[in-house]
Amino acid sequence: MITDFRLPLGDLVSDGIDVLTDSLRPLFDLIRLVLVSLYEAVEFVLLSPPFWAIIIIAAALAYFVKGWKFAAGTIVGLFVIVGVNQWENSMASLALVLVASAIAIAISVPLGIVAARSNRASATIRPILDFLQTMPAFVYLVPALILFRVGVVPGIVATIVFAMAPGVRFTELGIRGVDKEVVEAGHAFGSSPWRILRQIQLPLAMPTIMAGINQVIMLSLSMVVIAGLVGGGGLGSDVVQALSRIDVALGFEAGLSVVIIAIYLDRLTAALSGKRRTMWTPWRTKATITEAAPSPAPAAATADARVGASV
Amino acid sequence: MRAPKENVSSTSSVSVSVSVRNLYKVFGRRPKDAVTQLQSGASRSELGPHETAAVIDASFDVKKGEIFVVMGLSGSGKSTLIRTLNGLLEPTSGSVAVNGIDISNVPAAKLREVRQKNVSMVFQHFALFPHRTVLDNAAYGLEVQGVRRAERLERARKIVNIVGLDGWADKYPSELSGGMQQRVGLARALATETDILLMDEAFSALDPLIRREMQEQLLELQAELGKTIIFITHDLNEAMFLGDRIAVMRNGRIVQIGTPEDILTDPANDYVAQFVQDVDRARVLTAGAVMEPARAVVPLSAGPRSALRVMRDLQAGAAFVLGPGRTLLGVVSDRHVMRQVKSNETDLSRVINQEHASVPADAALVDLFELAVESPLPIAVIDDKRRLLGVIPRVTLLAALGNVPTNTTPINIIEPVSIIPDAELDAMLASPELTSAAASTEGTLA
Ligand SMILES: Nc1ncnc2c1ncn2[C@@H]1O[C@H](COP(=O)(O)OP(=O)(O)O)[C@@H](O)[C@H]1O
Ligand SMILES: [Mg+2]
Repeated sequence: MITDFRLPLGDLVSDGIDVLTDSLRPLFDLIRLVLVSLYEAVEFVLLSPPFWAIIIIAAALAYFVKGWKFAAGTIVGLFVIVGVNQWENSMASLALVLVASAIAIAISVPLGIVAARSNRASATIRPILDFLQTMPAFVYLVPALILFRVGVVPGIVATIVFAMAPGVRFTELGIRGVDKEVVEAGHAFGSSPWRILRQIQLPLAMPTIMAGINQVIMLSLSMVVIAGLVGGGGLGSDVVQALSRIDVALGFEAGLSVVIIAIYLDRLTAALSGKRRTMWTPWRTKATITEAAPSPAPAAATADARVGASV
Repeated sequence: MRAPKENVSSTSSVSVSVSVRNLYKVFGRRPKDAVTQLQSGASRSELGPHETAAVIDASFDVKKGEIFVVMGLSGSGKSTLIRTLNGLLEPTSGSVAVNGIDISNVPAAKLREVRQKNVSMVFQHFALFPHRTVLDNAAYGLEVQGVRRAERLERARKIVNIVGLDGWADKYPSELSGGMQQRVGLARALATETDILLMDEAFSALDPLIRREMQEQLLELQAELGKTIIFITHDLNEAMFLGDRIAVMRNGRIVQIGTPEDILTDPANDYVAQFVQDVDRARVLTAGAVMEPARAVVPLSAGPRSALRVMRDLQAGAAFVLGPGRTLLGVVSDRHVMRQVKSNETDLSRVINQEHASVPADAALVDLFELAVESPLPIAVIDDKRRLLGVIPRVTLLAALGNVPTNTTPINIIEPVSIIPDAELDAMLASPELTSAAASTEGTLA
């Protein structure tokens, strides 16, 4: 008796997706078009110059935010990618990561701000985030595939959904963590809420928000590989190919490229979040700042682990 | 509807800066119900478990240009009270008027305008913007008001110099010591040129020496700029030092409002009495508050003989000599007067010593110690026309500091004892010229 009974949850969701596809077809086609164009534009920017030009720019960026060691590491790492013949794949994946995380950040930071300002919004958003974050990443691919068809778009959409949560959480955490008295001072001098957000809360929460952005990017990168399953292209498709052919060599080279890009993006964003602090705590040495900002480092570790696991 | 009310308060706003009437602030789920309960006589502890009555039925007026101190232990509702004065907290019931504008019920935009133009605030933990320089911190209020960058920086720089931070304008708050950080907090509040300044335990986080320095500087600034200051503290000495008037708060209620001397000498109840027990009375009490009527006093016209007689009757070795209109001319000692009597001189003014200790009525007791130690005579308290108001014998000074009520403890010897033997004095006064005068004086004394 009992074994016969079944909650038809899966069917419900499936029916819901069907209804969505039928009624909102034009909307999804529009989203698809926008995402494809965005992706192709970024990919064009990354792939049309010669690889060494991109490497120089990446190294210059690394030097500017952190120093010559990081710049040197960047050059070595990116040349390894070129050496294993994964440059084009890597740039395709990077384009996907950049588009997906940019959109994820554009959605999650405002959501985090809303959650920080209202307890009710926070209580509503939190369980949704829990759901999004713990649902196995593969599962997003199925509805995304139905709504946006095979190609790079379901990968981007699944990545956005999967990677958004830390952006919201860290933004809320950062803004709520701003000294209450300092915010009160803003009010006491007659500032509008918008001015307080812009001039006090956001700047002071920025290190935490940057840590969240770092995580968003890391999660996006780990999702890139999975996107390969639905024709996302780039490194993901090589990993999937290696898996189906049991090609250890190809799998390793593609995986290694993912790791190199992950490390580069992680150090870059982590350094950015640290840099903002040095501006107004000049009496601290740089070393103590990186120690005092523990969140980005462990976050990067978990993100790396995730990337490793999915390879 | 509100127009007449505003008119009423604005007519009185000439002298009143902040007017609070029957103010309640209750935190919790059902604050309005709690107020109704309180109004019908419930005590604070009888409220529901989810309601905290932070301010209960507070009413007071703060006059223009005065320093109004709110004092009470931690948790007594001081911060809550001060935060209703600029609308950071909305009253649960009652009204708050700032410069005649009722802010308990105005739209947000109007409230922001009041905060920009009328009331500014200094915070306990400074609440500076860590990502802005000292100068940009000080200019913040002006920036909010929409003052052009060049102008606001110039104005802010002036204030930064006034509070003593010249040369620090381009530093970040984290590079400054606590005292200097609070100077930035003060500069930020002063730069807006509002006439009301709210200070919530502004000096409590500073160490004692810096705190005293800041208190003195605040008094100087206040004398110079004539701000109305509402100052919160849990430190009675600070309250007494700064306050023109003090409101004592306990468990959300204001239990007494008065001048520092009122609070000290006439506490409204045991709670206030206990609170003021360990105050540094020497800094609070003034000469005028503890002085006693002068007894060893002779008019200049009385001459040496009657001066000597007064001293003998009081068993005093010296007396104050007064000119017309009770102006204090100086002191005569029994030895000098006696010499005059012996040589039949009549001009008392020739033996007057003008180098005795005299102080104005508002001198703090702390400034009297040295004088009391050096002078064998009681210290004379005089007004600005040198009229003798009273005297402070050493014993009175010590009694006042020890919180012994001077009027109930018998104080036997209040003047230096004469060193001339009684017999000699009697013999002297028994000489024929003075017999009749002596008899009449004796008659009045008996
Ligand atoms: N936002 C709040 N929510 C709930 N209770 C509060 C809040 N603010 C203050 N209280 C309570 O109100 C009482 C008075 O607090 P406060 O005004 O900060 O006192 P003080 O400044 O004199 O130390 C305390 O019991 C405190 O716990
Ligand atoms: Mg307080």
